[in-house]
Amino acid sequence: MATKGLKKSLNHPIIPWLVPVGFLLIWQFLSQIGWLSNRVLPPPTDVIQAAITLTLSGELFKHILISTQRAIAGFIVGGIIGVSLGLLNGISFRAEKFLDTSLQMIRNIPHLALIPLVILWFGIGEEAKLFLVSFGVFFPLYINTFYGIKTVDAGLIEMGKVYGLNSWGLFWQVILPGALPSILVGVRYGLGIMWLTLIVAETIAANSGIGYMAMNAREFMRTDIVVLSILMYALLGKLADAIACGLEAKLLQWHPSYQ
Amino acid sequence: MNTEIRGADLKLLRLSKSFGQTSVLSHLDLDIKPGEFVAIVGRSGCGKSTLLRLISGLDRPTSGGVLVDGEPLHQLNPSARIMFQDSRLLFWCRVLENVGLGLRGDWRPKALDMLAQVGLADRSQDWIAVLSGGQRQRVALARALVSQPRLLLLDEPLGALDALTRIEMQSLIEQLWLEKQFTTLLITHDVEESVVLADRVLLLEAGQVTMDIDIPLSRPRYRGDPAFGRLVEQILSRVLKSHSSVKNQFQLAESGSHF
Repeated sequence: MATKGLKKSLNHPIIPWLVPVGFLLIWQFLSQIGWLSNRVLPPPTDVIQAAITLTLSGELFKHILISTQRAIAGFIVGGIIGVSLGLLNGISFRAEKFLDTSLQMIRNIPHLALIPLVILWFGIGEEAKLFLVSFGVFFPLYINTFYGIKTVDAGLIEMGKVYGLNSWGLFWQVILPGALPSILVGVRYGLGIMWLTLIVAETIAANSGIGYMAMNAREFMRTDIVVLSILMYALLGKLADAIACGLEAKLLQWHPSYQ
Repeated sequence: MNTEIRGADLKLLRLSKSFGQTSVLSHLDLDIKPGEFVAIVGRSGCGKSTLLRLISGLDRPTSGGVLVDGEPLHQLNPSARIMFQDSRLLFWCRVLENVGLGLRGDWRPKALDMLAQVGLADRSQDWIAVLSGGQRQRVALARALVSQPRLLLLDEPLGALDALTRIEMQSLIEQLWLEKQFTTLLITHDVEESVVLADRVLLLEAGQVTMDIDIPLSRPRYRGDPAFGRLVEQILSRVLKSHSSVKNQFQLAESGSHF
């Protein structure tokens, strides 16, 4: 009975928030008694104040919008290329022989190492960010789509043939849904890499976006805005992950682990 | 519904299959009448499943051939459906969609009707993951029969079920077979099961049919019937004897090699 009650109270929506809220309270307290210098870390109230000011001036929204647009554009471009090549190489043995080794070689280049080259190619314009994010997102989606298709149960494909499915039917009804759990794992990884790449790219070479806002604030020792920027990234990352989770729950209803 | 002969006529002519150096089936001749229920028993690795794959057209014979209604089989056998030991259902489709797999046109009423015949009409909108092993095999049976196949190939379909569910499924298969008159080929390890269901029991050994006996018992058959027991005993002792004689040969060969 007691454990049952405990389990029930652990299901309360407030439970996951207890740790972060407690952390904020301690942080505020330490700042106020002077243990934490303002230059190291501003108190949460200052961060909130910065958030309000920047929201009212419209600046915060402008930067968030630009960063989100970059993230989505890069994710779509890299994602489409990654999934398409993953599907192609997963299905066609010839394409796999021809392309997979090359792709695996390129995969081993840390994509952030390309930043100097990318700045030379594209300057600090939008293309640079689009290229880097797409490049980063491409690989998790490629790999997971490819392996997802490779690991579809051969028995099911054989069954589909016996039951009169043509190649098109086999792809849409057996191969693609069978690979979907793995593709969605790729989506989640891709979303993580998307933000990471964007943060780095905006911090190093940009004149707008959340990363730029943080770097600009650093010049003026505005630690409150720097912390605010970091929090914005955390929130947006969490949001993207929540969307991916929702997508999984919707598309994988049939999966035993979602029942 | 229609008076034409429902079952396919099946002839195997000197059918051989080898994988590399290993010969699995050698010059197998077999004649199965339309609507006949034939069971094939034999030890693991005797070539039972290979035989089924050749008849379904999933594999090509090394030499010899399969005649379906007098026509040589060159591709997937369109009149045949296989029911596998692992149900091979699509987890991402609901029960009804699984039954209707590969059907064209207005398939839902047909699939629903077939589902009712295996006693699962009320589960049509469930996911496969929530069904028990026995229910999954019922869905697989419905899927196999909904297209009104003229040849049903059963590849140890009840091997993974518990004893009670197995008996239930046996009478369901028998009842549907009596109703629809399709030719049936059942592969099984279970001699008793072969005697319960089949008109004819074949023993497959080293790629050859080494025993072919008719089961003249009336249906439905009772396991308690003395004639039933004698037939099971007869087949079982033949299966076991053949095994020990093969073993003796090996022993002789081994002892011979010492000289």
